[in-house]
Amino acid sequence: MILDGKCPTGPIEKSWDKHRFDLKLVNPANKRKYNIIMVGTGLAGGAAAASLGELGYNVKAFCYQDSPRRAHSIAAQGGINAAKNYPSDGDSILRLMYDTIKGGDFRAREADVWRLSQVSNNIIDQCVAQGVPFARDYAGYLDNRSFGGAQVSRTFYSRGLTGQQLLLGAYSALSRQIKAGSVKMYTRREMLDLVVVDGVARGITVRNLVTGEIESHAADAVCLASGGYVNVFYLSTNAKGCSVTANWSAAKKGAFFANPCYTQIHPTCIPQAGEYQSKLTLMSESLRNDGRIWVPKKKEDCGKHPGEVAEADRDYYLERKYPSFGNLAPRDISSRSAKEACDDGRGVGPGGRGVYLDFEESIKRLSEDTIRERYGNLFEMYEKITDENGYKRPMRIYPAPHYAMGGLWVDYNLMSNIPGLFVLGEANFSVHGANRLGASALMQGLSDGYFVIPYTIGGYLVTVKPGSVKNDHPEFKKSVEDVKTRTNKFLNINGKKTVTEFHRELGKVMWNNVGMARSKESLTEALKVIPQIREDFWKNVKVGGSGTDLNQQLENAGRVADFLEFGELLTRDALHREESCGGHFRTEHQLPDGEAKRNDADFSYVGAWEFKGNDKEPELHKEPLKFETIHLAVRSYK
Amino acid sequence: MSDHKTMTLTLIVWRQKNASDPGKFETYTAKNITEHHSFLEMLDCVNEDLIHAGKEPIVFDHDCREGICGMCSQVINGAPHGGQDRTTVCQLHMRKFKDGDTIYIEPWRARAFPIIKDLIVDRAALDTIIQAGGYTSCHTGGVPDGNAILIPKPIAEEATDAAECIGCGACVAGCPNGAAMLFTGAKVSQLALLPQGRAEAVARVKNMTNAMIECGFGNCSNHYECMAACPKGVNVKFIARMNREFIKAQFA
Ligand SMILES: Cc1cc2nc3c(=O)[nH]c(=O)nc-3n(C[C@H](O)[C@H](O)[C@H](O)COP(=O)(O)OP(=O)(O)OC[C@H]3O[C@@H](n4cnc5c(N)ncnc54)[C@H](O)[C@@H]3O)c2cc1C
Ligand code: SF4
Ligand code: FES
Repeated sequence: MILDGKCPTGPIEKSWDKHRFDLKLVNPANKRKYNIIMVGTGLAGGAAAASLGELGYNVKAFCYQDSPRRAHSIAAQGGINAAKNYPSDGDSILRLMYDTIKGGDFRAREADVWRLSQVSNNIIDQCVAQGVPFARDYAGYLDNRSFGGAQVSRTFYSRGLTGQQLLLGAYSALSRQIKAGSVKMYTRREMLDLVVVDGVARGITVRNLVTGEIESHAADAVCLASGGYVNVFYLSTNAKGCSVTANWSAAKKGAFFANPCYTQIHPTCIPQAGEYQSKLTLMSESLRNDGRIWVPKKKEDCGKHPGEVAEADRDYYLERKYPSFGNLAPRDISSRSAKEACDDGRGVGPGGRGVYLDFEESIKRLSEDTIRERYGNLFEMYEKITDENGYKRPMRIYPAPHYAMGGLWVDYNLMSNIPGLFVLGEANFSVHGANRLGASALMQGLSDGYFVIPYTIGGYLVTVKPGSVKNDHPEFKKSVEDVKTRTNKFLNINGKKTVTEFHRELGKVMWNNVGMARSKESLTEALKVIPQIREDFWKNVKVGGSGTDLNQQLENAGRVADFLEFGELLTRDALHREESCGGHFRTEHQLPDGEAKRNDADFSYVGAWEFKGNDKEPELHKEPLKFETIHLAVRSYK
Repeated sequence: MSDHKTMTLTLIVWRQKNASDPGKFETYTAKNITEHHSFLEMLDCVNEDLIHAGKEPIVFDHDCREGICGMCSQVINGAPHGGQDRTTVCQLHMRKFKDGDTIYIEPWRARAFPIIKDLIVDRAALDTIIQAGGYTSCHTGGVPDGNAILIPKPIAEEATDAAECIGCGACVAGCPNGAAMLFTGAKVSQLALLPQGRAEAVARVKNMTNAMIECGFGNCSNHYECMAACPKGVNVKFIARMNREFIKAQFA
């Protein structure tokens, strides 16, 4: 099937304004007759629930944590982009759009990216009005910093806490609506199934994580804003509870999964210290402004104290390979280079999986105080985890899974191929193409939540009669039964391996075979091994406790079971995409200098997969990409 | 790096099946723990052993494991978050302990935080306080340009100091009266400092204070245990500011 993104036609500059005008409006008096379900209350879902509630809709919002304030958006450090052009350094909506399309290696839809860039400015205003304390200068004006992939200074920030402050802004708007009664908040609930009646999304089935009760909720539209899926690699910078479960439950009901193989591996994370490790911690990319990355030239030197490795025996490999960008080469390139050095046996630290990020030279040039002023909190964070002093000894860093560019397929209205099912934020695939630039995920989440869905959902709702399906419909009963059956299945296997052991096992395969560098061979092997792990899981997993109680083993079992299916789809997508682009690097497809080699003739499309069960091949649907405003070009950072 | 050196520790952990169960301490042994394990990874290891032995693992709240979501909440040897300066439980590492140590682990204890199970408590009351007024009533859209409201750097910085609160509730757990003054004071102050928040300042401080009392949080008697427990270093000066706002509100 050829998919239609339903993008507006005509001049790009007018596309969103025209589309908004063309959308039918819901009569204000009728809005409260409509029920909307919002799964997830991070930046995307929180902003959307608050805005929809304020418009007069009845919103039911769900999250798995004990409060909407804890969604993983909270962990974003760096900042949020906007095309305000406050510094007058040549920024514009068109330039932000250009940088985003190029950064994504020409694998995103132009109209969506234009809209994102256009509303980016409204986001900053909105957050300021909420009381988000952005950094200011002494005269009181908003301050900006620079981020990767851009030549202008367009990133707004609040210390190293931008995500926290933006989320607390959305949470405060949401809290106001909860108080007003327009949003009903269901915390500690996990969505486990999507209910589809006659091809239309009509509700969800959730587990109450405290009592174990399985509940049905019906609505006129369902929105998923459930975040990203890189915990499929087990170790990542995501929170422990992040999963693909909400998205995957929709995929199992027919929603197409787009570009699952586009995953971002962030170059600067604290390396794994041991087998017991439960997550990885990001160190802001900004450190690369003053830190130099190196490994020893000789394998024998890897065990030495870094101070004992002579200057001539150090390989500053990014400076060597990318003389003009040096240590500031883009994320995908820097990550791959670190892997190559370690694969070559020249990695440092436990297991040889680390490279040095060295501040000695900048400390000499600028003084330790200057470095402390710039990055003090990061050095402190590093020391808390590693017990090493980054001022005295180079930091050790290594790449880690960080962000999912892929997600459920949506059209320009953020509606999936299932009518009535909308997808927002990191959970959808829309704007980042094959690689996301820094400071643009926060922008997307808030754009979708505050400024897109409040308009586009109305265009759908006017076509449906409110409340036409209730949760006593047989499909809801069936869904509850299905969830209960699966819960009992987990509890009755009573095997020998824990859920975490299976998750680690899957993670290792995904990381080694489907990680930073992928080949036909590694992917084919993964496609053999993943189903074996899955089969073993369903025979041999041990989940204790009961289904009618707070049971964290059971929660994790469901998430890992879904990753074991989804991981296979991700791998299949990576195998089918015979090109390298952005975060997807196929070793067979590289330019002579080792850079990613895109294949526009054959792969300039969104690959959206229809899942058909574990025993059948998924079906690929394509949405061709057109580039009319920004012209296709080779991405070069040399 | 001394990965070969491992520790064995005795854990005395609060176990409680549900809100109505009286609960009791149970003793466990944590084996093969290195100094690089985080505190929660140490508990993960104990739990894996318990699962293998067919026993119920210890449940505890956690999510980001990097000190920002505010989900983790344990009293370790009597101190909320373990008592290390500016550190949440999830940021605590085992190098702060010695081989052979005995460690007491308990949930937050406060009237307004009923225990759900083991180390997990219900902190919904903190959300209730925010719902009572911890916002500006701006609409989505229809707001002025971000630079139309000038906020000098020192004020923006002080508001950010208050806004760093992660809503963990350690201040309540650390307070002998179970008060939520530091948490509430931080939000009231953040919004009172900023021009965007001034318009509703009077109603906000009254409504949030009332919500605090209705939720069953205690009174402040200036022990400052809250600040000692706070992993984000939120300063008690924000309690003083809230009190000033409250007094002003009585005359408004
Ligand atoms: C460490 C880190 C640093 C980052 N730094 C930056 C940065 O500086 N700039 C930037 O632009 N981006 C950054 N990002 C990316 C950005 O933070 C995220 O992409 C973005 O915040 C995701 O927002 P979201 O609303 O889509 O999802 P989330 O914030 O992850 O929210 C997901 C929501 O869904 C709920 N949920 C999930 N599954 C279920 C289920 N089955 N049932 C019920 N509820 C469910 C959760 O409870 C939660 O409420 C960073 C990411 C990380 C991990
Ligand atoms: S004030 Fe400190 S201790 Fe209290 S909730 Fe906020 S961060 Fe936690
Ligand atoms: S788990 Fe998020 S702060 Fe500790």
